[in-house]
Amino acid sequence: MNLSRLLDVEFLAMVAKVIVIPVVLMQAVPLMVWVERRGSAFIQDRLGPCRAQVLGFRFWGLLHLLADAVKVISKESIIPTRANRFYFLLAPILVVVTALMAYAVIPVADTVTWSDAKGRHEIAMSAAQVDGGIVYVFAIASLGVLGIMLAGWSSGSKYPLLGALRVASQMLSYEVSLGLSLVGALLIYGSLDPNEIVRSQGHLFLGVVPWWGILFQPIGFILFLVVGFAECNRTPFDLPEGESELVAGYHTEYSGMKFSLFYLGEYVAMMTFSSLLVTVYLGGWQVPWLPTQRLVALGGPLLAAGLQIGAFVAKVALFMWLFVWVRWTVPRFRYDQLMRLGWKVILPLSLANIAVTALVAPLLLR
Amino acid sequence: MEQTKNELSWGIRVYLLEIVKGLAATISRMLGNLLDRRRIPTICYPEERRPISIRLRAKHRLLVRPDGKPRCVACMLCATACPAECIYIDAAEEPDKTIEKYPKQFRIDLLRCVYCGYCQEACPCDAIRMDTGIYEITGYDRSAFFIEREALLAGKPMPGVPDVPLPKTLPGLRIGER
Ligand code: SF4
Ligand code: SF4
Repeated sequence: MNLSRLLDVEFLAMVAKVIVIPVVLMQAVPLMVWVERRGSAFIQDRLGPCRAQVLGFRFWGLLHLLADAVKVISKESIIPTRANRFYFLLAPILVVVTALMAYAVIPVADTVTWSDAKGRHEIAMSAAQVDGGIVYVFAIASLGVLGIMLAGWSSGSKYPLLGALRVASQMLSYEVSLGLSLVGALLIYGSLDPNEIVRSQGHLFLGVVPWWGILFQPIGFILFLVVGFAECNRTPFDLPEGESELVAGYHTEYSGMKFSLFYLGEYVAMMTFSSLLVTVYLGGWQVPWLPTQRLVALGGPLLAAGLQIGAFVAKVALFMWLFVWVRWTVPRFRYDQLMRLGWKVILPLSLANIAVTALVAPLLLR
Repeated sequence: MEQTKNELSWGIRVYLLEIVKGLAATISRMLGNLLDRRRIPTICYPEERRPISIRLRAKHRLLVRPDGKPRCVACMLCATACPAECIYIDAAEEPDKTIEKYPKQFRIDLLRCVYCGYCQEACPCDAIRMDTGIYEITGYDRSAFFIEREALLAGKPMPGVPDVPLPKTLPGLRIGER
């Protein structure tokens, strides 16, 4: 390889993105765990974990995360004798890797462009630029389910297996609606490229309201939100780990770091889903009322990118909080209710949504 | 088979609205707690303690006479009343013939004690009380849970407990003290 290429801005940016995005994602997980714990505590009139301290400083309980990390890393790694060793170890890796991979195509800001002596530079703000990005996310995210099923099956114990069965049927039921609920919006955007989708949400409706997906696809938004909760195995759809009947579901036999990998995977999957939701329905990195050109004109490309990343993170954080909020509000569904909701309510509604959108969209777009 | 009619109204069966109501309930709870920590009933023991009643039956103490001698006359009523049989008294003859006996040893096994308070009920001399307010009774081995005469006599009442007057019937009281 040409050595000078190593010093190329585009190449360096590429490497930086590939490293920074997963690292930030993984670092956001402990933070989310903290939000989840303290948030749930305050919802339930408790204080939550706040005792760990260094030199008398408690940092609002953040030190518990450090203590937890030390704990899970130093725990004994237990592999049940009846487990299938290879798949048992592979499962958590699969869950985390797929969760992180799915994030690769999500743009966190508009493409940064500038010109200098060497010519025009363009740096897309997502780790990978895939034209069919949305399809890519779905494809990879479904692989994560494989990890969960593998975990349940390879544990060699009955409760994880039951959990895995539930995952399988839940995913089958909701995967269909997941795709279909998004089709309405995609029909209007006419593109599967996340960056393109966000860009087309940049203009204002009637000159005042940012023309975000949620405005012309409210039903699609709600459906996608509900299905996403099911897809991430979060309450009220966390039947695969329903501890009241399945001990801990598919990860019953996991402990220590292997267990935390599932945890990590779950939270990263939540973040991926929130980001996808924000990208399609809430204008992604769009700062409301300030399109990229205005931002660049105001403060240069770096400030524009910074503000857009800020807007994106804020929007994603909102939905991450929604995950936590709903978890401590809505009780878990019963299995038949879950299936009924999936097949008899969400699927027909998403099909109707597609039909109506397909009929109306040509009129709107004209 | 005939199906029972679904009694829920349409609005409840749509469920989304109900979820929004629930979300409003939880977030208002949470914001209220965030803004005013005193709404959270958690007591951060050991820094914070729950106020206890002066009537709490806690660790025992033995009361003394004005001259420093124990009030106890080793009558064994408390040991007899004790359902846990955790009071051990070794009586000895008191030089003061109006008192007759005094406890040479007085030991309570706090591991066996059920804090029923029968001992203080039974005592005719108001010599044993459970008003020290000490409820954290800990130790590394069993011997730490035997409290002996000296420790019992050194016990202090918790703040707020009114002084215990000498009972009129206490043997050994001189005429003026009666
Ligand atoms: S409180 Fe009850 S159990 Fe304890 S020493 Fe007194 S009589 Fe015995
Ligand atoms: S009942 Fe009172 S006087 Fe009698 S032995 Fe017990 S403490 Fe002493």
